[in-house]
Amino acid sequence: MRSPQLWAAAVLLGLLGLVPVYAAVFEQPFYITLFARILIFAIAALGLNLILGYGAMVSFGHALYIGIGAYAVGILSFHGVTSGWAHLGAGLAVGAVAATVVGWVCLRTSGIAFIMITLAFAQMFYFLSVSLKQYGGDDGLTIAARSDFGWVNLANNTVFYYAIFAVLVALLLLFRRIVDSRFGMVLRGCKSNERRMAALGFPTMRYKLAAYVISAQVCVVAGMMLANLTKFASPSFMQWQASGDLIVMIVLGGMGTLIGPVAGATGLLLLEEVLAGWTQHWMVILGPLIVVIVIVSNRGIFGVLAALGRTGGAGRARPGGTSGEAR
Amino acid sequence: MSLLRVSGLYKRFGGLTATDGVELDIEPGELHAVIGPNGAGKTTLINQLSGELAPDAGTIAFEGRDITALTVHQRALAGFSRSYQITSVFPEFTALQNVMLAAQAHAGHSFRFWRPVAGEAALIETARAALEQVGLSHRTDVEVAALAHGEHRQLEIAMTLATAPKLLLLDEPMAGMGQHESEAMIALLAGLKGRYGIILVEHDMDAVFALADRISVLVYGRVIACDVPAAIRGNAEVREAYLGDEAVAA
Repeated sequence: MRSPQLWAAAVLLGLLGLVPVYAAVFEQPFYITLFARILIFAIAALGLNLILGYGAMVSFGHALYIGIGAYAVGILSFHGVTSGWAHLGAGLAVGAVAATVVGWVCLRTSGIAFIMITLAFAQMFYFLSVSLKQYGGDDGLTIAARSDFGWVNLANNTVFYYAIFAVLVALLLLFRRIVDSRFGMVLRGCKSNERRMAALGFPTMRYKLAAYVISAQVCVVAGMMLANLTKFASPSFMQWQASGDLIVMIVLGGMGTLIGPVAGATGLLLLEEVLAGWTQHWMVILGPLIVVIVIVSNRGIFGVLAALGRTGGAGRARPGGTSGEAR
Repeated sequence: MSLLRVSGLYKRFGGLTATDGVELDIEPGELHAVIGPNGAGKTTLINQLSGELAPDAGTIAFEGRDITALTVHQRALAGFSRSYQITSVFPEFTALQNVMLAAQAHAGHSFRFWRPVAGEAALIETARAALEQVGLSHRTDVEVAALAHGEHRQLEIAMTLATAPKLLLLDEPMAGMGQHESEAMIALLAGLKGRYGIILVEHDMDAVFALADRISVLVYGRVIACDVPAAIRGNAEVREAYLGDEAVAA
């Protein structure tokens, strides 16, 4: 453990890993469901952060891929295919085709145009899913049982939770390698100055598209997990608000930091849960709170965590952490 | 065979003809300066050579091959390497990382997701050599945002060198430099001269006349003269259009 950021990340992951233990000790099985949802959105936000945080591609349509994952599970289960491997294969295959086509079109633009066109594609798929009357249309599709992965029995909530947790940790390790790899350097270079990257000899479009597809596939996997958790696949998974939530999680947690999206997803969903328990008008409190957090630390919650870690948890969080302090 | 041959190049922006039938011929190892008053279309010309702008008409041949239709990165891979008038480095990386990234573009594909770049000895070696060539070897691990302006310009040159270029397109490498820094840059370019074909766009006439093998004078998008420095100095038309008496006296 070399740095406070790593400590903060380890503590956060450690706490998340212990959730089933609390749930058992305090006999609150609901915690497992709540935190499984948090982990799933952490995975989706992690995926989006690859292009948003490291590549400056602000996709406002990544809920689309959560939807593809969820419907892969839903539609196959509806037709009696229960194999998790089939669900995974189908989800990733459809996700790859959709992301390649959508990405190829969207990446011709940048800035606001990119935000809008990604949103437009997500809305198209949203209305497509609404129109699937055979699969529940507006009401969505109930799923009879969780994906069948053979000896890993996802029907058991604790096993399911740890399966999600394992995927999250594996993705964090993978992304940590990617960020410092050749591919990661190209992506970060494009974020900083794409014109220069082309002049150096990089076919930037190819690398950005690859990053977009990887990022989308992570969201497909998250969507499959979400369908398994809720035993439901619904157009609401693809609503634009869901895409917005992912962006809020990333900004809240710390853009361009590896663990930030995990901190952001945990923070946002826990706040939602707690505030909703207090009052029906929880959004009135949550909105300003997000604004305050982002203003106090421009690196998001994780910036604060890292600053706290640096002073042994005793000192005040340093406002406005400088760029580059956390990765 | 000439390294670069530009023929009949035209570029119009609305009613403005920014490039008006430009002909250029660069020999291997030649340092060819392009000078002209502000708005003469020098950067527009460079942008067409590097591929960032498509010409309306004309051809660009590199080592005898027509490359007019190639994209920016394809030209870069063919051996073009440009530096920008406005410093274009990657501020959040260190000097070494900047140059390594340039070297990486010419060392196979970058669809490698697992191995850290920091462990790629070949890239580090290329980058260190380029940094040494421009006199920045004592600054390799400094984050670029912390470097001085003159050092940014040196770093730009190091990045162009790390791409194993055949032709350097240098767009005002001395822009914004003090006297001392300019002299260092002139010495640096003099050291590179002969090893690469170089197109140098520059306003600093001391630099141009000290370095250039030949000079093309661009006025309103047209090349009004192309000759050795001594002849350009004596050319009445150039004098009239651009060079003041003071520059000629220098």
